Amino acid sequence: MSVYLREYLTVVWFGVAALAIGGLLLGLAALVRPSKPSYDKGIAYESGVDPVGIGWSQSQIRYYVFALLFVIFDVEAVFLFPWAANVERYGTFGLVVMLVFIVLLLDGLVYAWKRGLLRWV
Amino acid sequence: MIQFAIEIPYWGQSLLRVLGGLVAVLLPAGTIVYLFLFKMMSFMQSRLGPMEAGPYGSLQLVAEVGKWMQKEDLAPDAADHRIFKMAPLIVLLSTFLLVVIVPFGPDAYFTNFSVGIFLGLAVASVSVLGILIAGWASANKYALLGGLRAAGQLIAYELPMVLAVLGVVIQAGSMNMQEITVAQNTGSWFGLDWFGSPFIVTQFVGFVIFMIAVQAELTQAPFDMPIAESELVSGYMTEYSGFRFLIFFIAEFATAGVFAFIASVLFLGGWGIPFSWFGWDNIDQVPDWMNLVGPLIMFTKMLVLTFIIMWVRFSFPRFREDQLQTFAWKVLIPLALLNTAITAILKVAF
Repeated sequence: MSVYLREYLTVVWFGVAALAIGGLLLGLAALVRPSKPSYDKGIAYESGVDPVGIGWSQSQIRYYVFALLFVIFDVEAVFLFPWAANVERYGTFGLVVMLVFIVLLLDGLVYAWKRGLLRWV
Repeated sequence: MIQFAIEIPYWGQSLLRVLGGLVAVLLPAGTIVYLFLFKMMSFMQSRLGPMEAGPYGSLQLVAEVGKWMQKEDLAPDAADHRIFKMAPLIVLLSTFLLVVIVPFGPDAYFTNFSVGIFLGLAVASVSVLGILIAGWASANKYALLGGLRAAGQLIAYELPMVLAVLGVVIQAGSMNMQEITVAQNTGSWFGLDWFGSPFIVTQFVGFVIFMIAVQAELTQAPFDMPIAESELVSGYMTEYSGFRFLIFFIAEFATAGVFAFIASVLFLGGWGIPFSWFGWDNIDQVPDWMNLVGPLIMFTKMLVLTFIIMWVRFSFPRFREDQLQTFAWKVLIPLALLNTAITAILKVAF
């Protein structure tokens, strides 16, 4: 494995370490904690009142439009980063091109704003 | 550069890194909880806080962990059990993946990626998954609403954060965390060599946006709408009890510490700044003892930044949900884009 890929392997080890320490602590807790399940403990908590219907109730997905907007902006931010690290190399040409790009980005936001999509109704 | 007397094999290096990572995640979390959450909040509210366990309650954390360990691990019968149990671990995973990019000294780093901060921004959003899973799997209306609110908030405030970092990347001309640190240490302001040129001076707008976004990403008040206790009990954590709840709690404050580390690298000059009077302008010229002093400097800066986060948390009332979204989309994002554009224009012009 190349040195380059080996560095990324460190990220995997950190992930494994997180799961290991979490699992270890939970395992330790499993040794000392009591386990006395009962019907009442298994009911969903709704401030003491018996739950009405099922927990996966229908609710307005208000953040749907925000999620779409987020995807657009996040993808565009990905394009901005490689340029941002090399601003001096691309000079005025790169600057003008990217400013046009940022203005187009803002244009999308202004459009959503004018349509009233940025309100959490 | 450090020359070791013996060559450490790869598995040994990885083990050392992971142990260092554990310290870098858990030590700040413990310090923040004891110093700020237990003590500072108490003093701000004219009370003493924990005093019984150890001198000045300093062993309270140990007592708390012992207490939570003995609690029954409950899950609602209707819940989706397997992923209900997974969710806290995913949130903890996000914290550990995030600390990977933080450098603590010229050689004291976990990884030295050329795209360091980019990786950090990517893995920071893993926690959204864990929170959404927790909210959904609980089969509870409070949890579902809390999870949806959290997802909407976290993605809304991720954009200002990414765009605020963009300004720093433009100024440093690199996404590598070490090069960002060096870029701040080699400059000088008003002939003050020791001061370096921390980006908090030139990127002050970016710094403020970044810290606000961090506050929202951590769902600390005034951005704690997802766990608003007066309307949603405890949001996505409502059904969690015992140690799984504690893991959410640990991950929250560990992430606060890691974000503060990242902010101090991006804006406060990382491990170098107060010592840049030694006049180095290349990472190879840095003396070896900076590997020992660097972590202390980082820890100090982390404490200062988390103090600000906690101060804001204890001082401001909660935003309403629609105000919270409006603030991100109509104020922070346009401001951050403007900041990016101005930074780029100035960088090319000078």
